[in-house]
Amino acid sequence: MFKVFESLLIPIAALVLSLVLFSVFMWFSGTNAFDVLGAIYRGAFGSWFSWQNTLVRSAPLMLTALCTALPARIGLINIGGEGAMVVGGVFATLVGISISGMSPFIVISAMVLAGMVTAGMWIGMVGALKHLRNVNETISSLLLNYIAIAIMSYLVLGPMRDPATLNNPSSFHIGMANMIGNIGESSIHGGLIFGLVVCIALWVLMRYTTFGFSVDVIGGNIRAAQISGLPVGKLILITCFIGGAAAGIAGVIEVAAVQGRANLSLNSGYGYAGILVAFLARHNPLAIIPVAILLGGIRASSGLLQRGFDLPDATTTVLQGIIFIVILASEFMYGRIKWLQPRVTAHA
Amino acid sequence: MSDKKLNAGRRKVLKTLSGIGVASLMGGFGLGSAWAASKKVKMGFIYVGPRDDYGYNQSHFEGKSSLSKLDWVKAVDEENVPETIEVVKTMESMINLDGAQVLFPTSFGYFDPHILKVAKKYPDVTFLHCGGLWSESKHPKNVGSYFGYIDEPMYLAGVVAGHMSKTGKLGYIAAIPIPQVLRNINSFTLGARSVNPAITTNVVFTGGWSKPVKEAESANSMADQGVDVLTCHVDSPKVVIQTAEKRGIYSVGYHTNQAVLAPKGFLTGGEWNWSKVYSDYAEMIKTGKKIPNLVRGGLKEGIVKLSPYGKAVSAKAKADADARLKKFMDGSMVVYKGPIKDNTGKVVIPAGKSYTQTDIWLESMGWMVEGVIGTTKG
Repeated sequence: MFKVFESLLIPIAALVLSLVLFSVFMWFSGTNAFDVLGAIYRGAFGSWFSWQNTLVRSAPLMLTALCTALPARIGLINIGGEGAMVVGGVFATLVGISISGMSPFIVISAMVLAGMVTAGMWIGMVGALKHLRNVNETISSLLLNYIAIAIMSYLVLGPMRDPATLNNPSSFHIGMANMIGNIGESSIHGGLIFGLVVCIALWVLMRYTTFGFSVDVIGGNIRAAQISGLPVGKLILITCFIGGAAAGIAGVIEVAAVQGRANLSLNSGYGYAGILVAFLARHNPLAIIPVAILLGGIRASSGLLQRGFDLPDATTTVLQGIIFIVILASEFMYGRIKWLQPRVTAHA
Repeated sequence: MSDKKLNAGRRKVLKTLSGIGVASLMGGFGLGSAWAASKKVKMGFIYVGPRDDYGYNQSHFEGKSSLSKLDWVKAVDEENVPETIEVVKTMESMINLDGAQVLFPTSFGYFDPHILKVAKKYPDVTFLHCGGLWSESKHPKNVGSYFGYIDEPMYLAGVVAGHMSKTGKLGYIAAIPIPQVLRNINSFTLGARSVNPAITTNVVFTGGWSKPVKEAESANSMADQGVDVLTCHVDSPKVVIQTAEKRGIYSVGYHTNQAVLAPKGFLTGGEWNWSKVYSDYAEMIKTGKKIPNLVRGGLKEGIVKLSPYGKAVSAKAKADADARLKKFMDGSMVVYKGPIKDNTGKVVIPAGKSYTQTDIWLESMGWMVEGVIGTTKG
């Protein structure tokens, strides 16, 4: 009880502090901070239109955040979400194009599967390199992003290219019938459901299963885990695979719900934004949902700030940066605020 | 198949109208009566990169900024909008919250599927896309496109480069091998080789529109290989121009005027003149004229221009380029006049055949002219 309270109160206090710091920054740049904060709220959560805008932007962030969060639980700092998303998107497209004549349900299922498996293996490589060759996972995952983007450029500009896409080279279309539609009457595509379901499922996995517990043990102390006989290598590979698979779904959704084709826009930074989300959520899959929505909201409000106040797009980047730093700095507060700690009576 | 048919259709229409060149009217669409009622013309601009990139996005931002002179226009803009669902939301937000009547989403990747999707949902709003992808048979009536023949000033820049190069080696750093990019490379090279037929152009494709590290590496390696005039076709020419200046070689700009980045070595460059295009559109909306679905033009129509010559440019080079500029202005200049061979030795345009600027055939260009060193394959 105290623990839950603490893990809610500290981030909220950190958020408030970041808004104060941001206001100071705004004040120095000569803009009325209250107006700006009001506009951020209106642009992100002020109306149904804004909510839809926010939610649709947060869907890919939820999935790419998992690609950093899961490996982090086992002690790996993986930043390969961008590459995994690209790989998942491209190979899902390849599958989608080749069986586009089949029933949409089969096509979409096959695409999701293809995206998950290829992207899972992609991040699995990061885990394997770490476990077998002790290659630094942060560097290898970053470099794999570049390789993924290069493979995509090659495929999209070469073998997969639809010759009709002259000046915006793209793959062939997966077929309008095979596109994932919107949720009900809203303008939010089905990707949001994928994001929510995967986040919740992985939260259950991490919290209520032996697997999740083992992963946390390895992340906490790898030596202790080895001594207690946990299959460390296998668990690293599986965790990385799951993380990659989540980002792969983000790629599939980008193709199946938004673009209909694979093209260079698959590489538009969702993977990197996901890193931020994962850290802010302290690698908790359930916490990723509200954090992704918050970040999606900030991104959604950027337009209003630019148009209403003539502020540059960097304004929201500054806000994101301030939140990121303050929340990371607030980590050390855990367990240090006396009245938030359970009163310890003499246990054994 | 359908594409061929479509091109043939467009070619026919364009041919009949090519006498005027600019503002080829295809269909056209009227304005909703609600527009006339609102006092200000409300326009929204969307850029894929930063407003101050010294390149493509800045050129559009400058165009948008010039509208501030017109007190009956309200223009809003947004930068760094990715070609994903985010641009859909930005467009809808401009329509719903700012009451934009006409939108200018300027990046190529915005068109299909994003603009097409939003345009269907908001039939009273006009969507004008930079890039010339609109076609009457496939796309909604409230969508249009505009583009300029920027290879014309690049041809002139090639002429200047041809005069100024001592090593006879020019360098072109380009994003990806698409027709629009290849056409600039070819026109630039044809211009240079019209001065000195021994000149060659080294081409490097970086694989993306904004890859500053690769651009710098390519620029340096070209300088090492003896290239002494460098130009580029990427979103922001800043890195290439600055690297050329640092290495003490000449540079040719693109998109906007980059003279300030290279006070010593800047020769000239191809620039967009969107301020004219955008104020023309604003005027059409104000007076309730039909907006043409397809607007194209080159130097003559004022949609593109040549950057003012840098101080390094010799009098002879200036005189030669000016003479040809005159021919562009009176419409007698034809860049793609046979015989032209590609860089594998194949004749692509036989002797006696020529393609004028408006010819749609030039817009599916997949080859590079003789003298270009490089390949369009990966």
